[in-house]
Amino acid sequence: MDGFGIRIEGLSKRYGEGDTAVDALKDVNMTVAPGEVVGLIGPSGSGKSTLLKCLGAVIEPTTGKMTLGDEVIYDNGWKIPDLRALRRDRIGFVFQAPYLIPFLDVIDNVALLPMLAGRPNGESRKRALELLEALDVGHRAKAQPSQLSGGEQQRVAIARALANQPPVILADEPTAPLDSERALSVVRILNQMAQQFNTAIIVVTHDEKIIPTFKRIYHIRDGKTFEEKGQALS
Amino acid sequence: MISLAGRDILHSWSKFVLTGIGLGLLIGVTLTMAGVYRGMVDDAKALLNNSGADLWVVQQDTQGPYAESSSIHDDVYRSMLSLSGVARAANVTYLTMQVRLDNTDVRAMVVGFEPGQPGEPGYLIAGRHITRNHYEAVADVKTGFQLGDSIRIRRHDYRVVGLTKRMVSSGGDPMVFIPLKDAQEAQFLKDNDAILNERARTTANPTLNRPGVPGLLEAIQASQNANRNVNAVLVQVSPGSHPETVANEVRRWKHLQAFTRLQMEEILVSKLIATSAKQIAMFLVILAVVSAAIVAFIIYTMTLGKIREIAVLKLIGTRNRTIAGMILQQALGLGLIGFLVGKVSATVWAPFFPKYVLLEPGDAARGFVVVMVICALASTLAIRAALHVDPATAIGG
Repeated sequence: MDGFGIRIEGLSKRYGEGDTAVDALKDVNMTVAPGEVVGLIGPSGSGKSTLLKCLGAVIEPTTGKMTLGDEVIYDNGWKIPDLRALRRDRIGFVFQAPYLIPFLDVIDNVALLPMLAGRPNGESRKRALELLEALDVGHRAKAQPSQLSGGEQQRVAIARALANQPPVILADEPTAPLDSERALSVVRILNQMAQQFNTAIIVVTHDEKIIPTFKRIYHIRDGKTFEEKGQALS
Repeated sequence: MISLAGRDILHSWSKFVLTGIGLGLLIGVTLTMAGVYRGMVDDAKALLNNSGADLWVVQQDTQGPYAESSSIHDDVYRSMLSLSGVARAANVTYLTMQVRLDNTDVRAMVVGFEPGQPGEPGYLIAGRHITRNHYEAVADVKTGFQLGDSIRIRRHDYRVVGLTKRMVSSGGDPMVFIPLKDAQEAQFLKDNDAILNERARTTANPTLNRPGVPGLLEAIQASQNANRNVNAVLVQVSPGSHPETVANEVRRWKHLQAFTRLQMEEILVSKLIATSAKQIAMFLVILAVVSAAIVAFIIYTMTLGKIREIAVLKLIGTRNRTIAGMILQQALGLGLIGFLVGKVSATVWAPFFPKYVLLEPGDAARGFVVVMVICALASTLAIRAALHVDPATAIGG
C-alpha cells in the first residue's frame, strides 16, 4: 500500500452543545505506517473508545482530517459516501471479546466478510482457510465458536479482521480476557500479520503485560494524544 | 452468500422446533375452526342433496322446514302432482329429538319419509331400506346405532335395519329415517293423558257436544287426534322444467311457500348457520391476532438475544437489508414449521370431532399465505429493533 496506513490530523470530537458540551477528543494527531503496530493507552474516560469509533467510521468526528492509505476519508466531513462499505472493505476490527457469530462455524465466521463484499463463497472460504492456517487454527475450521478456547477464538477474530485485507485494523483491548502467555501470543500474531499483510494496526489497551511490546505508543489523556517511543519485544 | 437465518435456525433448531410446535398447535386449532365452518356448510349442502328435491314446499310465510317450523296438510302433495312440470312429490317430516337406545339418549333428527319417494336416504353402507310400514328405521352411522338395535322414539320401539353415512341435519345431528306415518305420530300425536284430558274438555263443551246432533262429538274428537300434517313436500320437477317456474306457480295458486335448491341453500348457509359462522370468524380473528402476537414476541425476544452479534454484523459492514432479511426469514421459517405442524395436527384430530370437520386444500393454501403474512408483519417489530442497534455498541467503552 502506498502512503500512510492511517493518518489523523487535528481530530476532535465534541458531544452535546452549549454548557453541557464535552470535548472527548481535542486536536488528536496520529500516524501509523503500513506493517506497523502501535499501542494506544490511556485511563478510563480518556477518549480511547471515542477515537476508535471515529477511526472505525462508526461516529462522525467534529473536525479534523483522516487519511486511509492515500485517500482522505474525512476532512471536516466524510468524503466516503458508503461508510458501511468502508468498514467492511478497508477497516478490520478485533474486539475485547471475540464476538464471533455463534451460529456460523469458524470458517464461515471468517469467510462472511469477503462474502458480504460480494466475493464467491468458494473463494471466500479458501481465503478464510488460508488465514486460519496462518494463525494456526486451520484444524478448527469446521468447529463452532463455542467449541474453541479463548485464545483460539481471538485468533479466529483476528483472521476475520484480516479477511478483506484491510489497510488498517483497530483492536480494542484484544488481550483483556487472556492470560499473560496467550496475551503475548496474540500480540506476536498481530505483529506478524501486520508485516505479512502490510497492515497498520492500532491496539487500544491498558494491559501492562503487552505495553512493552509496542515500538510506538500513543498516550491519550483528556482527549489529547502524546507519542512515546516504546521498547518493542520481539 | 450464506443464509444467516438458515444457519441460526440449524444452530438453535430445538428452540425453533419447540416454538414451531407450540405455534403449530395454535394454527391447527385455527385450521380446525375453519374446517368446522366448512363442515357446517357441507352438512347443509349434504342435507339438501340427500333429500333429492328440486323444490321444498312449506307453510306460507315460513322458511321451513329446516330454518323454521312449518306445518302443512299431508294431502298437499296431491295438488303438487297436478301442477305442470312436477314429476314427483312426497311428504316429509323433520323433528330433532332424543332417540333412546337402552339407557342412553342420542340427539338425532328424525325424518319421516315415504319409501321410494324424495326424502328417502340415498345410499346405505349396511343393511337394507325400510320395507315395512311401521317400526323400522335407517340410521346414520354417527348415531352409533348398529344393525338390529332396538331404538325408542317417543312411545314406540324401532328396529334399525339399515345404516347410512353423511346424513346429518344442518346442526350436525345425525338422521334417523322412519316411515312417514310413524314420524307424523311421533311429531303430532299427543300422549294418552293429554288425549283423555282433551276428550273430557270437548265433551264438557256444550258448543261441541250439542244435544240432538249425533256423531258430532265423535267426529270432533277424531279430528283432534288425527295426524294429518307434515313439515314439507319435496318436489322433483320434470326434465326440461325450470324449478323457479314451478315454485312461482305454487306460490301464486296454492297459498304455500316454495323454495328452489338455490334459495334453500341460501337460507341454510346465510341464515341458519350465519351466527355460528360469525362466531367462528371471531375465533379466527382472535387466533390470528394471538398467533401474530406469539410470533412477534418470540422473534423479538430472539432478536434481543442477538443484539451484540447484530452490532458486530453491522460494524463489519453487513447491510441492513441482510439483517432484516435474516430476521424475516427466521419468522417465515417459524411460520412454515408452525403451519406444517398445524396442518398435520388438524388432519389427525379432525375425525375425532363430534361434528363434521371439512379441511379443504384451498383453506390450507389460504391459511399458509395468512400465516406467512402474519409472520412477516410480526417480524417488523424485531427488524425495527435490529435496525436501531448502534454498531458502536460492539466497541467497548
